[in-house]
Amino acid sequence: MDPITLLTFFVLSVFVGFEVVSKVSSTLHTPLMSGANAIHGIILVGAIIVAGRAEEPVLLVVALIAVLLATVNLVGGFVVTDRMLEMFGGRKRAASATDTEEAR
Amino acid sequence: MSILSTEWTAVLYLAAAVCFILALKGLSSPKSARRGNLVGAAGALVALVTVFLSTELDNVALIIVTIAIGSAIAAPVSRRVAMTQMPQLVALFNGVGGGAAALVAMLELGHVDGVGAVIAVAFTVLVGAVSFAGSIITFAKLQELMPTRPIVFPGGPVVMALAAVASLAAAVWLVASGDPLAAYVLLALGLALGVLFVLPVGGADVPIVISLLNAFTGLTVAASGLVLGNTLLLVAGTLVGASGTILTRAMASAMGRSVAGILFGAFRGGSTAGSTAVSDRPVRSSSAEDVAILLGYAQRVIVVPGYGLAVAQAQHTMAELATTLEAKGVEVVFGIHPVAGRMPGHMNVLLAEANVPYEALQEMDEVNPQFKTADVALVVGANDVVNPAAKTSPGSPIFGMPILDVAAARQVVFLKRSMRPGFAGIENELLFEPQTTLLFGDAKESLAKVLAAVKAM
Repeated sequence: MDPITLLTFFVLSVFVGFEVVSKVSSTLHTPLMSGANAIHGIILVGAIIVAGRAEEPVLLVVALIAVLLATVNLVGGFVVTDRMLEMFGGRKRAASATDTEEAR
Repeated sequence: MSILSTEWTAVLYLAAAVCFILALKGLSSPKSARRGNLVGAAGALVALVTVFLSTELDNVALIIVTIAIGSAIAAPVSRRVAMTQMPQLVALFNGVGGGAAALVAMLELGHVDGVGAVIAVAFTVLVGAVSFAGSIITFAKLQELMPTRPIVFPGGPVVMALAAVASLAAAVWLVASGDPLAAYVLLALGLALGVLFVLPVGGADVPIVISLLNAFTGLTVAASGLVLGNTLLLVAGTLVGASGTILTRAMASAMGRSVAGILFGAFRGGSTAGSTAVSDRPVRSSSAEDVAILLGYAQRVIVVPGYGLAVAQAQHTMAELATTLEAKGVEVVFGIHPVAGRMPGHMNVLLAEANVPYEALQEMDEVNPQFKTADVALVVGANDVVNPAAKTSPGSPIFGMPILDVAAARQVVFLKRSMRPGFAGIENELLFEPQTTLLFGDAKESLAKVLAAVKAM
């Protein structure tokens, strides 16, 4: 893709990124950080692409390590954010979550 | 497989990017936050299916097995982790993401052409390595695998400056030559820089550093999008980089600090020195029964929960005490400092888990004027966030941090494990004031005793 198009994407994304989180209460700082953290786990897409064209075994191993790390970031990130937000949910849902926690 | 045409691939990546924007938007409001996160996860799923269906890939079986292994590790850990350990888990996830981006860029070095792309590789390798190493150190600090206090050594700033200059030189070398060796050197320097960068940061500032490194990782993902010519990575990474920067500033201002100040050794020297020393000055300590009487006959009680409450897992006992007091006609509110716990909003999560109603949780600006009319301020396992030194002593490392004004309450009761200073490692003068009473012990046990005594009244 030509550099100018990529630059356009970049600049517009910066503004969108600034805009969407400009008014957030401090209560939600932790889940928001955690959710943003999960989103950059999308580097998994990049890791899959490089692993899919690795030819030498060494390169494949390194690429698969990247896949593993990226998966941990992506999956772990979304699950942990959901778990945090579960606590903010309705009282009933929070109560049932605590019950299962204690049953474990 | 290349089942999908280029156009469809682009449309599906666009859909995933829109999901990420909606996710961040949703996460900014309590009502839509959980749904927002699920929308984000759905976007990630769309993107993953798209990459498998649109790219000619070898080693597909191995890739899928690796993803399965990664999910099998990450999901249960995230499900089971104690709420108190959440910050370090986020730090760890952030670090591995940065590491993955650095590796992807290293591997792409052989495939890229054009100076712009090599610059993007250099950026990703360097910043990804900084983010990885820095996050691992923050993880170790929060997990208390290493001291939480700032670690400074003589000549630290010089070493740091040298490492930064060397990294820059290695980056120029990489861009000029495209030599893989330069990439390895850059990776190693990035790791060293990450460690040096986080070591001098004091425990209380660690959350801000996590947020900043999170923004860094976002930017590395954006840069690897440039390397791979993948617009989704570019957009998603930039979104995280931009929103992470805003969030870092918001967090820093909630603590009354500047990001630059934190990074360039704000918590250094001064009264932090010798801070683990336990003071032997006289304090007034009392029994659980006395505290119960203070609370039971009060009209208004403001509870200030801190990390000590979280570590002791005392949030349920605390919630029960609040309910019992309210049944006796005592008005109870919780004053939540923005950085109570170890991350902004952390305490809200913990108390919500214990079913404390959302309305009883008041933010600092709301609750501060109410201390004047409160009979008792009950400080449970908090210290730095109520330390008047933040207002009164300009030499203190926490000077300027907004605090909860508990000193204005008629009586102040501290539930503390010991006289050891808090996370920032500074003594709290309030402990020695005449209106202050201390009850020593584990927060959960102390609260249980107070609860029993209140019930017996």
